[in-house]
Amino acid sequence: MRWLLRKDLLILRRSRLLVALLVIYPVAIALLIGLAISRSPSKPRVAIVDETPPGQTVQIGSERVEVSQYAQRLFSQVQAVRAQTRAQAVDKVKSGEVLAAVVIPPDVAARLSSGLRQAQLEIIYNGDALQQSLVQSQLGSALAQANLAFSERIQGAAVGVINLLLKGGNLGVLGAPSNLIGLAQIPSQLRGIIARQPPGRDRAALERIASFAEFAAQNLTVSKNVLSTVGQPIQVHSTLLHGRRTPLNTFAVVVAVSVSLMFVCVLLAAGGVALEREEHVLARLLRGPPALLSREGLLAEKGVLAAACAFAVAFAMLAGVSAFVPLDWSRVGLWLVALALGALAFGALGVAIGAAAREVRAASLLAFLLSLPLAFLALVPSGSVSVGLYDTIGAISFVFPFKATLQALDAAVNGAAPSLGGSLAHLAALTIAFGVVARLGLRRAD
Amino acid sequence: MSVALSVRALGKHFGELQALRDVSFDAHEREMVAVVGPNGAGKTTLLSIIAGTQNATSGSVSGPSPADGSAREVGWAPQQPALYSKLSVAENLRLFARLEGVADPDREVERMLEQTGLSARADDLLGELSGGNRQRVNVAVGLLGNPPVLALDEPSSALDPRQRERLWRFIRGLADAGTSVVFSTHNVGEAERYGDRVIVLDEGRMIFDGTPGELMQAAPAGAGGDFEQALVAFLSEGHEL
Repeated sequence: MRWLLRKDLLILRRSRLLVALLVIYPVAIALLIGLAISRSPSKPRVAIVDETPPGQTVQIGSERVEVSQYAQRLFSQVQAVRAQTRAQAVDKVKSGEVLAAVVIPPDVAARLSSGLRQAQLEIIYNGDALQQSLVQSQLGSALAQANLAFSERIQGAAVGVINLLLKGGNLGVLGAPSNLIGLAQIPSQLRGIIARQPPGRDRAALERIASFAEFAAQNLTVSKNVLSTVGQPIQVHSTLLHGRRTPLNTFAVVVAVSVSLMFVCVLLAAGGVALEREEHVLARLLRGPPALLSREGLLAEKGVLAAACAFAVAFAMLAGVSAFVPLDWSRVGLWLVALALGALAFGALGVAIGAAAREVRAASLLAFLLSLPLAFLALVPSGSVSVGLYDTIGAISFVFPFKATLQALDAAVNGAAPSLGGSLAHLAALTIAFGVVARLGLRRAD
Repeated sequence: MSVALSVRALGKHFGELQALRDVSFDAHEREMVAVVGPNGAGKTTLLSIIAGTQNATSGSVSGPSPADGSAREVGWAPQQPALYSKLSVAENLRLFARLEGVADPDREVERMLEQTGLSARADDLLGELSGGNRQRVNVAVGLLGNPPVLALDEPSSALDPRQRERLWRFIRGLADAGTSVVFSTHNVGEAERYGDRVIVLDEGRMIFDGTPGELMQAAPAGAGGDFEQALVAFLSEGHEL
């Protein structure tokens, strides 16, 4: 087997363009996928027309909240392009300079201050279904953030007014008496007066007033809490069920390395086996008795060679990327184990493809057509598709090594779930299964 | 001449298809045995079983013990050169010599390069050689370890007349040196010229085993001394041994 291995290495050395493509292409694809995953969506470029008069405020009791704060908050959520008029904003949308435009009308403050009507914004956008979907998701999110921040400001002002009513003091509202008594103080002061009153109708009336004041003070206290609940009815507390929280950029590294490992290994293994058939050498190697090489030996040599090359490329990638993305080098032993098992499973898949194909081009095409969708399928998050489709995707991903390799590498690099042991066992089983498939595919040597 | 290869009651079927039926013959030392017949007659199947790339359904193939330095009874050169185009002539020979377990691979490579007359092209990549030279290397690989029997499956099919002539001179030289050569061919003229004996297969049956002269005699009248016409007439008559 060592002579065949030496021969394969010699042929690889003489196929520099092929080897370069075999390494550069998957690494380029892997980096693109990694980049796409790790980069959060950029802020949409949006034209904003603020038609509210400068310095306009929403008054809540004695508190004033500037409407411009809303516009500022909105600016921070998007890549804002100021427009003076609605017509200018429409032009910018039409020309494609901006994704959409938001018009803040002049009556926002009046509507909010009235407490009866909701303020309304106008969103202007254009484009095909994809662009419309992008506007709705990205701009909807930005507006929700701005709305939340503004409602918190209004809520804060309202709570201040309620506190003043409860504790007393100066309302600061024109015409209101100064140094008002707080609602919370009324019951105790009233009880003192009642104690000095003789029993009778007046005392009974005062006791009713004291009870009401006590009840009102208690409920006004509760209303502060109600206000904060209305402002942000549901707060989010995240709980990760298994493993460590994985930063997106290190997960992207794992995806990129897994993709490279898969492409290099599957293409090399498939091409290696198919080459023996294409050169008509397979029959010469396997004829007997005695055969120059057993079928199992031939498949093992091709699979292990491809796995070793892919392992080296993938580890070099991990090591190189660690210069830019912080990776935990104390776990390097686990990386190596995950990479090795993943490479062997991909090697087995590759030799199975190579044994089924009759020539290198067909094997390469088949390997490529099979590998790329597998990578994308394995990255489909649960909940993003229907349950039935997700189950189907899960079943497909389960019988191919990409997802198991991704999980093993994620567990090794990031300590993510599921556990490394389970993924390694899965990969070992897949290696055996594809080895058997490859052996069946190599039944005929001609 | 002693028997170098003995084929007895060989049968082979692929599912319902009976590719070979009860084929028996001997090949002797220094003898060149031509296997001819129409397409689908079973020539390649017979050569594949003799070479060990396929197993027979029934019957047996046996030969003398392999010569010193070789584990093979039968050397084999398939119809299409079974070689690595990215390796040089010498590298191909050396690789297969090592895989065959030849005692001194480098010496064997030198011997084969000399024998095939390719010493000057030893370092050329196989992919850069002409079809004739590639076929010579293909045959040379079959001869590694000096097997007593050489099975050649249509060795000249892809060659031009000049290349064919050179190849057959080379093979004749091997037979003269003691190797028993069994070859299949579509070219009836080659069977007549280079075959000491001719075996005719038709639909998996061996319908003739004898010299080219005997085949001419066995053919119906009207062949006019033309070997190809004699064979066609013989096949048309549906002769059986």
